[in-house]
Parts: sequence; structure tokens; C-alpha cells
Amino acid sequence: MTETYRSSTLQVPLALDGGGVLTDVTVAYETYGTLAPDRSNAILLCHALTGDQFVASAHPVTGKPGWWERMVGPGKPIDTDRYHVICANVIGSCMGSTGPASLAPDGEPYAMRFPVITIRDMVRGLVGLLDTLGIERLHAVVGGSMGGMQALSLAANWPERAARVLAIATTARHSAQNIAFHEVGRQAIMADPNWRDGNYYGHEERPGAGLAVARMAAHITYLSEDGLTEKFGRRLQDRTEKTFGFDADFQVESYLRYQGSGFTKRFDANSYLYITRAMDYFDLAEEHGGKLAEAFAGSQARFCLVSFDSDWLYPTAESRHVVHALNAAGAPVSFVELSAPFGHDSFLLDIPALDRVVKGFLE
Amino acid sequence: MSSASGSTSELRADLAVIAAHIEPGTRVLDVGCGDGALMAALLGKGCDVRGIEIDGALVETCVARGLSVVQGDADRDLVDYPDRGFDYAVLSQTLQTAERPDLMLSELVRAGRRAFVSFPNFAYWRMRWALLRHGRMPVTRHLPVSWYATQNIHHVTVHDFEALAQELELAIERRWFFTDARELGPAGANWRAEYAVFEVSGGS
Repeated sequence: MTETYRSSTLQVPLALDGGGVLTDVTVAYETYGTLAPDRSNAILLCHALTGDQFVASAHPVTGKPGWWERMVGPGKPIDTDRYHVICANVIGSCMGSTGPASLAPDGEPYAMRFPVITIRDMVRGLVGLLDTLGIERLHAVVGGSMGGMQALSLAANWPERAARVLAIATTARHSAQNIAFHEVGRQAIMADPNWRDGNYYGHEERPGAGLAVARMAAHITYLSEDGLTEKFGRRLQDRTEKTFGFDADFQVESYLRYQGSGFTKRFDANSYLYITRAMDYFDLAEEHGGKLAEAFAGSQARFCLVSFDSDWLYPTAESRHVVHALNAAGAPVSFVELSAPFGHDSFLLDIPALDRVVKGFLE
Repeated sequence: MSSASGSTSELRADLAVIAAHIEPGTRVLDVGCGDGALMAALLGKGCDVRGIEIDGALVETCVARGLSVVQGDADRDLVDYPDRGFDYAVLSQTLQTAERPDLMLSELVRAGRRAFVSFPNFAYWRMRWALLRHGRMPVTRHLPVSWYATQNIHHVTVHDFEALAQELELAIERRWFFTDARELGPAGANWRAEYAVFEVSGGS
């Protein structure tokens, strides 16, 4: 990736959970709103698996609006007239932060030589950025899905760095089902002959077919059955009869193909492997002697967890599991299960109740 | 304290008496906290207050007010709170909705060193009269829903509560009785009180 994004090179190497060390780490980021003179109004927003730092500004590759513009901006629930919002691309990703597509010290892309990273390693990168920016203590750390994992990880491992922790549609550990879906995606990428064991960067052909299938499979997990039925039903795509062939006869097929191919234009297949791996390895309790309450024992932060009743990827029970641990640790915690028809993706969509909870909690 | 007394004056009478008798700066668990009115008053007394509420819309209201409230079902979720994690546990107008009021009361004095419990008194004379005269389940100001739709599945009287407390070996520290938001003396409370507030502790 040769695009230049606003970024910072960390002053210290990152010692990783897997045992390796990553040097000259670049973290690409965007900021919105003005940092107060006393640096007290910073909110760190953590993005999800395929997200990036362009939370409230147009995506430089696709030109589409930022991924959470309905939540972040002047007068929005995360009000950039009041808060200084920082959103960074996680390490392992492909929008300017160090990842498998970046050049290793030998001048060649890391590809599969990139070390396997964890959610905590991603947060190490984010904390490194905060250090560089001179932000000691965040007003809040906020994230949905994988972003929520980072928020919880930051609260557990750097408890003094955030006064508030807002974790939406997330979990403290990846379930067997979560891992299973990710493995389908990874195998689709690795089965693509253009993947070439990860060494495709010098080639014209990219493993786009495999990455698209990975995205299609994952995308189903972000939606709900009711949502799919309502949006597509069994309706046919631009035709009145079934073709008795394997074209995208159904609207839902056409939609998934569109989602898959669109995704390959902005995302690196190896990044997808590394980030899904990091999520699969995530088990916050395991990092703290097997007891999740121990993870939050030193916390002084206020917590808020939000789940959605139609989210079967990270269902309400996972949020409750975190809430129980926080209660056991004596941490002040709020939790609400919101009703929304859109499955896991609800956190990105127009759910006014979520706006009210986010705004209220950040006050 | 001035802001606290200002807000307690707007509280429902049972909540006002609870708010007035909770020591400042203590840790409080409000079980069935509703819109957080009591919690907000206790915050004004410097308390560290947590709530449990089953109704998602009310939880949302509380969170938007900056209160720490967890959506949950007191029948099931109280067991997840650590022993004596709170100085006080509060259960207002909720005991009679519990699946097992005896178990809930036990959980309450396990999670809190002391508990405040308020409930409508089913032996209030208007109830007795309505039942005697009409022979049908009473519908009143404090129990406004018909028998088939009410959440109040375990009606309780002042004497029933006192007997249960004895059975569970709980010490009754203090008690208050009300009719129409007016406080009454203890004499004949089982007849005269529309609702009651008890402060109990786990005894030994």
C-alpha cells in the first residue's frame, strides 16, 4: 500500500503477546474536534474487523461516508464540538498502519512473515499512539464489535488510561461459533490460487475471489434472519423467472456478491487473516488467570455495555457475562439490551435508543 | 445535602423515607430502580449507587441520566452480586412481583448489609372491604391492575412480611407505614397502612 495517510511512528518497539517484537510501527489515525488545552476531552474510537480510521470522514478509497458518521460529528451523540475524537487503524490492518502488506526491515512486504497479533497487541499500538499524542487519560474509549474488544482490553490492561468504557455488541471471548465462521473465511482466502501463500503483493492477480467469499460468509453473520427476509425475501434479481442456472437469481445472492467484490477493492486479504486470528485468540479472562472479574479488578472506570436482541454473533449473553464480571469486581457498570431488527450490524445503523445511551453515558 | 433534600422532596413517599435513612457516602444497590429517581437522590448524598431494572426503556432513561444501571431480572440476577458488596440493598414495590419473595429477600440481605423493602399492604382495610363487599380481587390506587394481568403475583400483608422476616431470621431495624403518602404510627398498621417500608438486616 503506497497511499499516504496521516500517521505516527511509535517511539518504542511493540513487544507482542506471541513473543515477537514489532519495530518502527506506524499507526495511521484521524482526529475530529479540538483537543482541550488540558487534554481532558479525548475519546478513542476503536474500529471493527474491516473498519478503519475514517469514522466520520469520507473513505479515501471508496469515497463513501465515514463508517459511523451518524454517531460522530458536530452535535451528534459523540459530539465533536465537545470531544476530541481519535480513531486509529489497528496494526495488522491495511489503511496505513503497519500490517502484512507493509514493508519489513528487509524492504519486502511482510506478507505471512508478519507476526500473529492479538487484540491486546492492537491496543498496545493504540496506547503507543496516545503516548505519542501526549494523551494520558481518555474521557472515554468507545468501540463496537472488535472495537468493543479493544475497549475492554484497554480497560483491563491499561486501567488508568480511560475514565469511561463503552463497549457495544461485543464479547470478552470468541466462541466456537465465532471462530468457526472466521475459519471458513480464512480457508476461502487460502484456497484462492492467487493467494500464493500470502506472497501476492508483487503480482497483478490478488486473491480477490477468496476474500470476497470470506466477506460474504462474514456478512451473513452481521445480519439477522428477519432482517434478510424483510430486505430480500425470496425475491429475484432483475428477472421474473428462475434461470435454472447459477447466476445470482435471488436478490440476496446479488447483494452478497456486491458486498464481497466491493470489499476486495479496499481490503487486504492477509490483513483479513491476521485480524480474524487476533479476534479468535481473544479471551480476556484467559489473560487474567481465567477469571474475567480479575481482568477488571484494578479499574476505576465507569463501564457501559450495550447489546442488541437480534445479534446472534455476539449475543446478549456475552455482554451479560462481562457485566457479571464487572459487578463482581465492584466496577460501576450500566448495561442495556436494545431492540433492533438488524442483527450485529445494528450498532452501525439508525437506532435512536443507541444514540441516547451513547450520548447519556459520555456526559 | 441541600440538593439531596431538594430532590428527595419530589420522591414517592416510600422512596423519600428510604433516601432519608440511607447514610451519606454509602454503597447502595437499587433493585428494580425504575427511572432512577431514588438513585439520583442518593447520588446527591454522595452514595455510590447501582441499579437493576428489567424494563429496557427505563434502563435507557437511567443511563442517559448518567446512572449505573444494569438491565436484568432481579429473580435471576441478584445471585451474581458478591456477598455484602453493598451497604444497602433497596427493593421498592417489587417484592410482591418476585417469583420467590423469600429467596429474593435472602439475596437482598446477602448482597447488602442492610435492606430497605417497600410493598403494598394487601391487608389495608380498603382491600379487605372491597373483597368482603364485592367478593372480587380489589383494584386500587396502589394495586391498579386486574388479577389476571397484574405483575403482583405474591400479595403480602404487613404481618406476612414480619412473619417472613422472622422465619428468615432477619432483624427488623425500622419500619414506616403510609396511607395516601401520609405517614402513620405503627398501631393497627396491618389494617391502616396502604403500604409499608421495612429496614431489615441479615442478623447474625
